Amino acid sequence: MVTPLIEFQNVTKRFGPKTVLERVNLQIFEGEITTVIGLSGGGKSVLLKHIIGLLKPDEGTILFRGKPLSGMKKNEVSASFAQMSYMFQDNALFDSMSVYENIALPLRETTNLGKTEIDRRVLARIEQMELQDAAHKYPSELSGGMQKRAALARALVTDPRIVLFDEPTSGQDPVRKNAILSMIAQYQKKFAFTAVLVSHEIPDVYFISNRILALYDRAIVFQGTPEELENFDHPFKDEVIRSLEGLQEELTGLHSRRQFRVQYHAQLKHRSYGETYSVVVFTLEGLDAITARLGHEAAQEAIRSMGVYIDKHFGAIGGFSTRRHANEFVTVLPYSNLTETESILKDFVDDFQEEGIQEIWAGARKQAASEVCVEFTILAGIAQGQPIMEINSVVDSAKHQQKEIARLRCDLGR
Amino acid sequence: MAPDTGNQILSNGKTRGRPGGLLTGPFALIGRAAISWINDLGAWAIFLVLGLLKILHPKQAFRVIEQIYYIGARSTMIIMLVGLFTGMVLGLQAYHALVKLGAEGALGTLVALSLVRELGPVLTAIMITARAGSAITAEIGIQRISEQIDALQTMRIDPLGYLVTPKIMASIISFPLLTALFDLIGILGGYISGVLLLGANAATYQYRVQASMDAGDVVHGLIKAVVFAVIVSAVYCYQGYFAHMRRDSHGAKAVGLSTTSAVVLSCVLILVTDYVLTALLI
Repeated sequence: MVTPLIEFQNVTKRFGPKTVLERVNLQIFEGEITTVIGLSGGGKSVLLKHIIGLLKPDEGTILFRGKPLSGMKKNEVSASFAQMSYMFQDNALFDSMSVYENIALPLRETTNLGKTEIDRRVLARIEQMELQDAAHKYPSELSGGMQKRAALARALVTDPRIVLFDEPTSGQDPVRKNAILSMIAQYQKKFAFTAVLVSHEIPDVYFISNRILALYDRAIVFQGTPEELENFDHPFKDEVIRSLEGLQEELTGLHSRRQFRVQYHAQLKHRSYGETYSVVVFTLEGLDAITARLGHEAAQEAIRSMGVYIDKHFGAIGGFSTRRHANEFVTVLPYSNLTETESILKDFVDDFQEEGIQEIWAGARKQAASEVCVEFTILAGIAQGQPIMEINSVVDSAKHQQKEIARLRCDLGR
Repeated sequence: MAPDTGNQILSNGKTRGRPGGLLTGPFALIGRAAISWINDLGAWAIFLVLGLLKILHPKQAFRVIEQIYYIGARSTMIIMLVGLFTGMVLGLQAYHALVKLGAEGALGTLVALSLVRELGPVLTAIMITARAGSAITAEIGIQRISEQIDALQTMRIDPLGYLVTPKIMASIISFPLLTALFDLIGILGGYISGVLLLGANAATYQYRVQASMDAGDVVHGLIKAVVFAVIVSAVYCYQGYFAHMRRDSHGAKAVGLSTTSAVVLSCVLILVTDYVLTALLI
């Protein structure tokens, strides 16, 4: 059995008479993105601060790679914490220092690196976070999004093995919110660190998380994948998930996954045997290339434009859609069989090739950090379902049928 | 079974204390305040010692120099101004008093000794507290409530060593230097008012200043300056560092109250310590 990187065993924390965490048990595994979800003021940040040692539990044990922190020598504890980095909810940037100085601070103070090497590392992070114009500005002169990116750059500049993010997207608009999450996912893959996020951005965090921890009523009530959370039956789902997950996804305006399921059950589950419906699965291939060459915000804007276009076309004929993964959309046509759907999709493809793909490209270009052209492809697949079938199996079947319906080519401009 | 506290539980769920509570109440209040005060004093002493020990960090020199600039160099003008007018007022008052006794020749002695042994260290410390100390408390307090100090901890930068030690060390270096400057300008101020404006003899003034002071007087004043520096710098750093733990307020208000507390407490401590040191050194 794999030893968790971090494990809480019956951790309790009180502030005066108020118990914030009560007998919390959880495991965080190496190399994964783990997200702690829960209501505001529910103790998520307190939990995160225990991991990095800013707070100590009143009861219980925290284990790091299987060893209790309380039993470690001071230098061992210090070495464990040295592998971690923390991004604060309100950024905690030093307001009397420029962005460059903020990012350089941990390198200057905790390493023996020379000025040239520090310059190189800091400038690399500044470039990765698209902060070149802000390098010599003070945090108070920056927008909220830029401050977040500066804080993220500072958290990553020491190449930590574990990065803790406390509400990294708070106060951001939907495009920036998803851009930051996408940035975290990208860097987590690139630098292979373990990420622990605290967030109530549901469902946005599902797209990047390997594991979800649900904090409810002072304890962890669920640990598992986002898919497993879908089948989790607990008051947490009614009280927390429903209150956090709106009816619409913020970025695209499509149904949230919960609302999508509600629609699915309301429109299809009660129908009689033999009646059919169709599912179309769309995928934007090349999102990583857009991200790499035009930036995270451009990629999210492309996703947003694609969602809006799908909704505009299929919503008008009674279909309902949701975003299933970061670059994947599912549309249900409740009253269409396979033949009708093929015909509808053909019309859609004609329109899409004519203007849809250009709208996506225009959306991406609006937020682009550079003028370069990036090729990308849109795939679509259809499957027919029946009320007795599970929606996921129909969606998987449609995904297997996917083929290219449009491509943006830089040499032709479309 | 719950221990018997002697309290009576009323029908509305509230408790009524022992009948003697009215008499013991004030003592309990004084006791709690005394314990709290001793706790704070202990915490402050540990804070000071830890702050001083962190001077051994290899990157401390640059930070100390930077703080000497903020605490010391940037206080120069105000110290010179206050020193000049203190000396002038002293010269003015002392001249008129000494003339009545026919001892105006002692003006230089009075001005010099008053400034070097008492007024110089005390007023310099109070002025630095007012100018730099309040700013430091507010700065550290804001860093505390905006989680910048927590951020330092997460980056494995010791907040005490990074924020507090340079300020204490810079104060220890700056206070005596500024005190010496205050003394010098003050003596000049006494000369301006006593000699140039009121007509006392210039040579006598200069001679008396030189003749009446010995190295002991100067050392006496400088010891006071160093002791004041240690005490008040630790007070204003401590007040800012623990602004978030105030029981009477939170956030920005806590920073404001901590700043006020730092200035008031520093001034009181300067005067109390001045008396103790004078009694010991005289």
